[in-house]
Amino acid sequence: MADTAVKSIGGVLARQGILVAFILFMVGFALWNPRFIDIDNVFGVVRSSAILGIMALGVTFVVIGGNLDLSVGSMLSFSAIVVLDLHENPAFGPALAIPAMFAMTLTLGAINGFLIGYLRLNSLIVTLGMLSAIHGLTLTYSGGQNMDIANQNETWFGVFGRGTALGIPIPVLIFVALAAVLGILLAKTPFGRKVYAVGGNPTAATFSGIPRARVVFMTYMISAFCVATAGLIQASRTMGAQNTVGQGLELEVLAAVILGGASLLGGSGTIFKTVIGVLILGFIQNGLLLAGLEFYVQFVVTWIIIILAVWLDIATKRGKLWSPIA
Amino acid sequence: MQNDTVKKLVRNGAIWAFILFQLVFFEVAGRWWSLSDGAFMDMDSMLLLLKQSAPIGIIAVGMTVVMINGNIDLSVGATYALAGIVMLDSMNWPFMQAMGDSAIPLAWLFALFTGCLLGLINGVIVWKTGVDAFIVTLGAMLGYRGLVFMYNGEQPTYHLNWTMVDFAEASILGLQTPAIVFLAVVLIVWLVMTRTIHGRNAYAIGDNREAAVNAGIRVGPHFVLNFVLIGFLAALSAVAFYSGSGSVNPNDGMLFELWAITAVVLGGTKLTGGRGSIIGTLGGVIAIQLLRRGLNHIGAQTETVNLVIGTILIAVLFLDRQLNRKGAEELKV
Repeated sequence: MADTAVKSIGGVLARQGILVAFILFMVGFALWNPRFIDIDNVFGVVRSSAILGIMALGVTFVVIGGNLDLSVGSMLSFSAIVVLDLHENPAFGPALAIPAMFAMTLTLGAINGFLIGYLRLNSLIVTLGMLSAIHGLTLTYSGGQNMDIANQNETWFGVFGRGTALGIPIPVLIFVALAAVLGILLAKTPFGRKVYAVGGNPTAATFSGIPRARVVFMTYMISAFCVATAGLIQASRTMGAQNTVGQGLELEVLAAVILGGASLLGGSGTIFKTVIGVLILGFIQNGLLLAGLEFYVQFVVTWIIIILAVWLDIATKRGKLWSPIA
Repeated sequence: MQNDTVKKLVRNGAIWAFILFQLVFFEVAGRWWSLSDGAFMDMDSMLLLLKQSAPIGIIAVGMTVVMINGNIDLSVGATYALAGIVMLDSMNWPFMQAMGDSAIPLAWLFALFTGCLLGLINGVIVWKTGVDAFIVTLGAMLGYRGLVFMYNGEQPTYHLNWTMVDFAEASILGLQTPAIVFLAVVLIVWLVMTRTIHGRNAYAIGDNREAAVNAGIRVGPHFVLNFVLIGFLAALSAVAFYSGSGSVNPNDGMLFELWAITAVVLGGTKLTGGRGSIIGTLGGVIAIQLLRRGLNHIGAQTETVNLVIGTILIAVLFLDRQLNRKGAEELKV
């Protein structure tokens, strides 16, 4: 009996290891510096993680479906630049700029989805190509100029990035709402199960009559939708953007998703775990800053944590610490 | 059989045909629209092109080897920056300053050693933990960049030594030092990959790891060796570039990994490993640089270059798939 109890505790630890690590980390830091779990600090962290987090929600779908999306960083720059430009265009204004930007960003997602889902091209290279192409598109669109909103006090556009409701920052509300909706979509609907099936075993999925192409296509549409939302928040928060605002974010997003325990081989991961992954990155950054360290120390800490997390994950699965590679 | 030969010819020749096409196109287009006074294909600008493509090119050669081996390295940009910082900063150390110009080779050695060490760390982690190289080097990309910042904060690191600058700008037959280093690297690594046991094994492991293991090839040491090689080459690239420029910004080298991978894939190396060539990568590197120049030559906005390269990358992938349908099933990270 005791043996089984130990085993099942071990199993829970292995499955929820990242959650346990997160809780230990939080408790440790809170004991060291109570300001760490101050409600303002927590909101501050979640708010600054919201953009990365929203992007990570979409990429979770793509990764569970067995693919990668390296184009989300460029796409974020694109959506921010476009929405700001259209906002300044008298023919559009804020009310039309937002849906127009969503339509354009979703078109980019559709291109990804078509090439990878229907044409079955390798997702790493396609989205690498799209990273470059969308960056070029953004630069061509903006002529290399930064975009700014001229009369920042006369527009309600800032609400998405700067506003609060019931004392909670709007970006946090959007992040939580989107995480809830996408979490249910992934965990509780037939579509969600198809995403797991397509990523876990594409051949079996095909033989069970699951339309692989359409499912993969949809994962990229979801990813693009999340990027557009994140881009809106980014643009709204700063009321201006550079062409390179999202540069490098694609790999940070991927790091958060992997930290949450999604396998790059597809078929595993959850929205909840991704949110944990995002929060871990956010709180590490915050904790190190509170400890008086420079922001870049987090990069090194993140590196070590990612490798340890993935290593422990696969070591538990294979039952051996060291790899069998000769 | 004959079909295979045709395929092989198309695959290996495609990048050179594309380069030729670009040369002719930009030459003709430049004259036709009379947007440019000079000829596109003049010797000086072609030699300069080789020099400009050296930093990415040297790294791309290493990336080719790692990808043939079935791995990938996303941390090269950060390795490049860190090696550059170590090189320039070490010139400011008191005992190095006391040595005068004879400290230069030592500074280069420090940089190359840094590159090898970072590559070694990646290689050993990939070997011993069994974590996919994509994840290991993705983490390292962040971690090494963190080290770059920790070294000197957000300040640029600089040291100007005229002997070093003279060396970097010295030229033989019109080729400046970075271009010579690039071509030498291409030649040497090409020889390693085609003429040595290590090269043959690297192909074998990338093609079918299980079969390679069954054939008695020790996979791990080859992985490590190739990661050390790409770390070394990233550092060599930094040596060739920063000796002349004398100043490293902590953000330098960002996105180098993606450019290098783009060049490698354009050059016909397979993402899944087992197939590819150093010479093809040379073609890929030149093609990208030529495109950059060419678009500039015909007066297109330089911004469009990213758009064009991204589109071409996807088109190449599509054509390659059409050419070799069997490959489609193998394509998986």
